[in-house]
Amino acid sequence: MATLQFREAILAGIDEEMARDERVFIMGEEVAEYNGAYKVTEGLLEKYGFKRVIDTPISELGFAGIGVGAAMNGLRPIVEFMTFNFAVLAADQIINHASKARYMLGGQLSCPVVFRGPNASAGQLGATHSVAYDSMYAHFPGLTVIYPSEPDDAKGLIKSAIRSEDPVLFMESEQMYGMKGEVSDAEDYIIPIGKAKVKRQGDDVTVVATGKMVHVVKQAAVELAKNGVEVELIDPMTIKPLDMETILTSVKKTNRCVVVDEAHPFGGVAAEVGFLIQREAFDYLDAPVQRVTLPDVNAPFSKKLFDLWFPDAKQVVEAVNAVTYRG
Amino acid sequence: MAHKIEMPKLSDTMEEGVIVKWNVQEGDRVEAGDIIAEVETDKATMEVEAFDPGTVLKIVAKEGDAVPLGGIIVVIGEEGENIDGLLGDGADSGGAGGASTGSGGSGNAVDVTGPGVGGGGTDVAGGGTGVAGGAEEFDPILGDLQGGAGAQASTRGTAASAAGATNGVSGATGVGGAAMGGGGNGVAATAGALATAAASGARVKASPLARSMARERGIDLATVRGSGPDGRIVKADIESARAGAPAPQVAQPVQRATEDIRVSQMRKVIAKRLSESKFTNPHFYETVDIDMEHATSTRAQLNEISDVKISFNDMIVKACATALRKHPYVNSSWLGDTIRMHGDVHIAVAVAVPDGLMTPVIRHADQKPLSQLSKETRELAGLARDKRLQPDQMEGSTFTISNLGMFGIEEFTAIINPPNAAILAVGAIRDVPVVKNGQVVPGKRMKVTLSSDHRIVDGAKAAEFLSTLRNLLQNPLLMFLSEGV
Repeated sequence: MATLQFREAILAGIDEEMARDERVFIMGEEVAEYNGAYKVTEGLLEKYGFKRVIDTPISELGFAGIGVGAAMNGLRPIVEFMTFNFAVLAADQIINHASKARYMLGGQLSCPVVFRGPNASAGQLGATHSVAYDSMYAHFPGLTVIYPSEPDDAKGLIKSAIRSEDPVLFMESEQMYGMKGEVSDAEDYIIPIGKAKVKRQGDDVTVVATGKMVHVVKQAAVELAKNGVEVELIDPMTIKPLDMETILTSVKKTNRCVVVDEAHPFGGVAAEVGFLIQREAFDYLDAPVQRVTLPDVNAPFSKKLFDLWFPDAKQVVEAVNAVTYRG
Repeated sequence: MAHKIEMPKLSDTMEEGVIVKWNVQEGDRVEAGDIIAEVETDKATMEVEAFDPGTVLKIVAKEGDAVPLGGIIVVIGEEGENIDGLLGDGADSGGAGGASTGSGGSGNAVDVTGPGVGGGGTDVAGGGTGVAGGAEEFDPILGDLQGGAGAQASTRGTAASAAGATNGVSGATGVGGAAMGGGGNGVAATAGALATAAASGARVKASPLARSMARERGIDLATVRGSGPDGRIVKADIESARAGAPAPQVAQPVQRATEDIRVSQMRKVIAKRLSESKFTNPHFYETVDIDMEHATSTRAQLNEISDVKISFNDMIVKACATALRKHPYVNSSWLGDTIRMHGDVHIAVAVAVPDGLMTPVIRHADQKPLSQLSKETRELAGLARDKRLQPDQMEGSTFTISNLGMFGIEEFTAIINPPNAAILAVGAIRDVPVVKNGQVVPGKRMKVTLSSDHRIVDGAKAAEFLSTLRNLLQNPLLMFLSEGV
């Protein structure tokens, strides 16, 4: 096992896949000469050259389109967005072309492109730089959405994403790039898409969370354990396709569930997970499923307001208390 | 020109009426004066007649419906007339709900495509068939034809919250929708909405898990106390119920269904009037034991010659009427600033009817011979049992007699029937040993208890009345000497 930062784990995965398959290339703003805005692509230019590590203009729709076209023509592009907040400009390529090409052309071609970059809030960055886009992209048929929470998962999943025959959105977090963790040094370490991980075992309540929220829940779980409430933390890692089997197995054991989602409430991942649980595990529920999400309000800039806005461990504890009928 | 017939005011105290029976159906031709329906009021079952000829276009109130005064019960007009304008808001409440379900189609579609959700990115076949929506109850234009709370609730809630509306959708649905649109972060807000929705109704609230556990273990949820919000039975409650439950081999007592019966108009009135009387009028009670030996023999002699059978009750009515003339304070009403001393003696007789109690009034009881009292009492009691008493046959009493002697009740106290000042509760005639001239001999005794309103009648006055009454019944011939025989 090696201890790697989150960014290094992603880099290791990309590097291995570029070495393994010469069709894999990466492009985006500052990915080459600057070694990436968050240094995820550090050293790749030196190793693979300008042909496979390409700096683009500040033109998300344009280079996303180039990526989609390249994928349709047999290459395996990785398109880095400096943040998914900027990828809104490229949404037409992602939603209207990448996700639908195979379907509309009757399977005559595929579009194996990876769009990756930081997602969701990174502190006081204001309303337009703080949005979680995972549930929005997960809404569309034909897209895979991955949102890992730890370096090891990131490495195993970026490799799966690059090898996928269909478009993948690979979501990271600015605030997690520096996070260190043990990463498997197994040769060709792959984590399959669509498999959840039980990140903590417990009998009293199932808490589902992805990305940065996994760490908020871990904090809450420590607090709850002091009061004898054992949280079972499920990290789906892949938001779509969602591993409901693992979630349902856990809910059937604990009979209670809280979904924590760093997104607005309406139609989000929490809403979907909550719906599926009530449909599939109705008779196992001892309390209504609760969710902890952002409010239906855009990100505030003020520090005080931001702290109220952002889901924290205290809110998770409150939700767990509600479903376990405590306090 | 179509016109509506509204619930008429059929008695002074009537606030609503229940349609007991329709004599016509939609499409029937009616003439002026036809009896089209029977309505149960707080007093009796009354007839509703049509005042104009026409065709029955729409029966708005069904049999069994309670309709407030002025509420539409039926629309009569010419065949084929458009009566939408007449029906107005009441009948259209379902339609308004339907209109808000423009997005309802997609709401239903979600359920249909649901199974594809887990399928994921490469599974292009996930969507597609949703448009058909929720089967035959769903009309794309009118919305949910059931029009109701159930299936449509979630869809309507969504529509409401999407539009940012916090009202316009009825009841609990609106609350849920608003909470959904506004909140999310607020765990407390969500929980609050749930509590509101659950607060209505008397059903047993239990989590789905608690329900399935109870089913498996044969525990009746009605016997379990819920510790969750609003008394919701949760897992822990079932587990402790299990611990405290008797061994399963013990024969379970048969569980019989509890039934909630709608309170009839009559019972509502009984409840209202008697509660008012008992809680407002300061009652006091005086009991006398009356020797009925002479009354018994006199009655036997009377019945040998009388065309109609004279009952003890008739003799008691007669005796009361006679005594009331002598003791006008007992024959009076409390009006707040004045006490009304009634000139006439109108005696109400309590009659048990299948679902309650009626008090037909024998008017001028003091002026009528026993034979007429007997005949009238019998007639009125019969009408009461058939619920055919007319309001004027039930109104205007100045005193009331309640006789439970035929049930073997020795003595009891009755609640004053307002606006009377007193009521006489009559017990059974008992064969008892009595001491006469130092000898124990067989005797006949009857206890009567007078409940009096102390605002009007004081203890001594009540005692004087009872004394007169006792004297009249112990010496029945006195009644025939009295005025008005």
